[in-house]
Amino acid sequence: MDFGLSEDQQLLKTTIGRFLAEQCPTTRVREIMEGGTGHDATLWTSLAELGVAALPIPEAHGGLGADLLDLALAAEELGYAATPGPFLGASMAAIGLAEGDNEELKARWLPQASAGSALGTIAIGEAESVWDPDAIAASVSDGKLSGRKPLVPYAAVSDFIVVAARDGEETGLWLVEAGAAGMEITTLSGNDMSRRLDDVVFDQTPARRVGDGHALERCLDAGLILISADAFGGARRCLEMTRDYSLEREQFGQPIGAFQSYKHQLADIAAEVEPCMSLYWYAAHTFDAFPDQTSKHAALAKLRIGEVFNDVAFKCTELHGGIGFTWEYDLQLWFRRALFDKAFLGEAVLHCDRVADMAGW
Amino acid sequence: MNLSYSEEYEVFRRKVRAFLDEHWTEADREKAGEAPILAMPRKQTDREAAFRRKAVDAGYLYKSVPRAYGGSEQPFDAFKSTIISEEFRAAKAPREIPGQGVAMLVPTLVEHGTPQQKEELIGPTIRGDLIWCQGYSEPGAGSDLASLRTKGELDGDHWVVNGQKIWTSNAAEADWMFALVRTEPDVPKHQGITYMLIKMDTPGIEVRPLKQLNGGTDFTEVFLDNVRVPKNSIVGKRGDGWPVSRSTLKHERAFIGSTDYVRKTFDGLVMLAQFTNLRGKPAIKSQAIRERLVSLEARLVAAEYHGKRLLTMSGHEEDTGLAGLITKNATSQLQHDLVSAALDIMGDGTALATGEEKAPFSGMFVDAYMWTFALLIGGGTTNIQRNIIAERGLGLPRDPATKR
Repeated sequence: MDFGLSEDQQLLKTTIGRFLAEQCPTTRVREIMEGGTGHDATLWTSLAELGVAALPIPEAHGGLGADLLDLALAAEELGYAATPGPFLGASMAAIGLAEGDNEELKARWLPQASAGSALGTIAIGEAESVWDPDAIAASVSDGKLSGRKPLVPYAAVSDFIVVAARDGEETGLWLVEAGAAGMEITTLSGNDMSRRLDDVVFDQTPARRVGDGHALERCLDAGLILISADAFGGARRCLEMTRDYSLEREQFGQPIGAFQSYKHQLADIAAEVEPCMSLYWYAAHTFDAFPDQTSKHAALAKLRIGEVFNDVAFKCTELHGGIGFTWEYDLQLWFRRALFDKAFLGEAVLHCDRVADMAGW
Repeated sequence: MNLSYSEEYEVFRRKVRAFLDEHWTEADREKAGEAPILAMPRKQTDREAAFRRKAVDAGYLYKSVPRAYGGSEQPFDAFKSTIISEEFRAAKAPREIPGQGVAMLVPTLVEHGTPQQKEELIGPTIRGDLIWCQGYSEPGAGSDLASLRTKGELDGDHWVVNGQKIWTSNAAEADWMFALVRTEPDVPKHQGITYMLIKMDTPGIEVRPLKQLNGGTDFTEVFLDNVRVPKNSIVGKRGDGWPVSRSTLKHERAFIGSTDYVRKTFDGLVMLAQFTNLRGKPAIKSQAIRERLVSLEARLVAAEYHGKRLLTMSGHEEDTGLAGLITKNATSQLQHDLVSAALDIMGDGTALATGEEKAPFSGMFVDAYMWTFALLIGGGTTNIQRNIIAERGLGLPRDPATKR
C-alpha cells in the first residue's frame, strides 16, 4: 500500500516547479497576462519540452502516455506558479481526442499537440451554467455544429476546438478547426487574466465526430481533476505567501505572525488545505485505477478544493492588511485564479447535485 | 501510487484472516456485537483471554511489548498493523484491551520502567487483570498541564501525596493510577514533576463521579488526602516525570486522528436522512440537505485519503510534519460538522433526548453531538493544536506574552 508519489513523479513535480520559478516568476506572469492574447507561445513550447503537453497523450501518438496523476501534479505546479496560458483547455482537448474513437483525428492532431506545435482547447459549458453532459444543447446535424459556448479557454489562439454537442439523442465530442466557417469568437474580460476565456458561437460550423458520451465524460472528469489540482497549488501558495509575509511584517514591535489570532487563522487554513492534496491525488488515481469511481471523486474534488481555494485566497488577502488589496502585490493573482477555478466546469452546487444523483439520493 | 498491498502483505492478510477464522468463530462474532467508539477496559471473558493469548503467540497483539512481559515483540510495520486492525475489526475479534493502561502506561514502562516494574505490571495489564486510570489533569492544570499542583513530599520510605485530579476516566474501576505529581517545588515547573504509580485502594483516595453535560459519568474527580506511596513506586527518576510522560501523549493524539469513526458517522447520517421525513418527504430529498451531505462527503474522502498518506509516510518512517499536525483538528471538526448536520436532519426532533423512543432513531445523534466536546477538548484542545500547527508546522513564532 503506497498512497504516495513515486520518485519519478516527485522528480516531475520538482522539475516543473523549478522551471516555473526560474522562467515564469510573477513578473513574467504579469507581462503575459497583461499582453494581447494572454498566451505566450514560447512559454508553452518550453513547457512542451518538459513533457507537459505530452503527458496525457498516448505513446502511439507521440505522447508520454502517463497516468492522469502525473498531469495533475503538473497542474498543481502550474497553479502554484499562477502560470498563464492554455494548459487546462489543451489538456482536456488532448484527453477528449485520446478517449474518443476517431483514429484519423488522433493521428492528425495528437502528435502536434504533444510537441506543443498545435494548440487545442475545449468547449463544454453552455448558458445558465450548464456543464452536465446530459443537459448539453449544442447540436450537430449532417456534420454541421450549431450552438453557443460562452466560456472557451483561448479559442482565439487555438488550432482546434473539441466541442461537447449532441447528435440527436446522444451527446459526444466533436472537433472544429480554427478558421472554420460560421464560427464567431469574442474574447471576454475575465477576472483571471492569466487564463483567457472566449465566447464562441457556432452556426452550421463543419465539425467531425471525435467520440461518444463516454469520451465526453472522461474529458470532463479529467478537467475537474486538473482544476482541483490547480486550486490546491494555488491555495498552498496563498498560505505560504501569507506565512512568509507575517514573519517579515512588523507592527506593535513584533512580526504580525507572532500574534495568536493570526497564528490560529493560518493554522485553520493549513488544516483545510492539507487534506485537499490527498483528495485530488485519489481522484486522479481513480482515472486510471478505478474508473467507475472517477466521476464521483472528480466532482467531489472540484467542489471541495474550488471552495477551499476561494476561501483561503480571500482570508489570506485579508490577513495581509492593506497591501493585500493592491494590484501590485502578487496575492491578487491567485485571488483571481480562484474565481476561475470556482466557475469553470461548473460551480459547487452543480457538482453537489451530480454526486447526489449518482448516489441515487 | 498503489492502494493495493504487495503480494507479501496480501499473503500476510490471508494468514491473519485464516487465524481469525480458526480461532474466533461466527458464534463469537455474533456475541461480540458492535464495539463502542470509546471502549472502556473491563475484565476479559475466558474466551477472550484464550483468544488473546493465541493472537499474541501469532504476533498480532501487543507488538511493541517484549515477549518476556507477555507481548509479541514484533518489528514496527505500519502496514501489518493496519492489516491486523482491519481484519480484527471486520471479524469483531478482541484486539488490545482498551484503555489508558495498555495505550499509555505500558509503552511508558517498556521505555522507562525498571525490570521489576516491567515484570510485575506489564503482563497483568495486558491480560486485563490490572486496570489503570490516568491522573494528569487538575482543576487548575488542563492545557497548561505542567503547572499541576498535586504535591508529593518524601516522608521516610513513602511519598505523601496531596491534591486533586480531574477528567480521570474509569477511576472507580481502576486498580492503579499513573499520576504526575509535583515533588520538586524549587525548580522550573517542567523539571519538578515525578511519574508516580499509585494503588487505588490506598487510604486517602476518594473517587467522585463527574457528571457531564450529556448526563453521563464517564469521568471522575480523584481526591488525594495524605496518600502514602512507596518511594520506589515511580517511573524514571524523581523530577523526570514530564519527559517520561511525553511519549504517551503522542499515542492519544494519534488515536483521536483516526478516520473510522467519521466514516461510520457519515454512513449513519445518510441513513438518518433517508429514513427521516420532514413535512411529508425524506430529508435526503431536500436540496439544502443533499448539498450539505455531499460537501461533508468531500471532506470525509479527503480525511480518509489524508490518513492513507500519513500511513504511507509512517510506513516509510518519514516525518509526517505539517500533515500529521493538522489531523486531529481536521478530523474532530469534521465529526462536529457531521453530527451538527444530523441535528438539522432531525428537524424538531432535537428537542428530545437520546433514548427517547419518539425521537427520530431514538435521538441517537444528540448524544454523539454532545460527545464531540470530548474529541475537540480532550487530547489537546483545538486551540492548543492551532498553536502547535502554527509553531511547529508553519514556523511561526511562539506567543510572546506566554510564560512557559
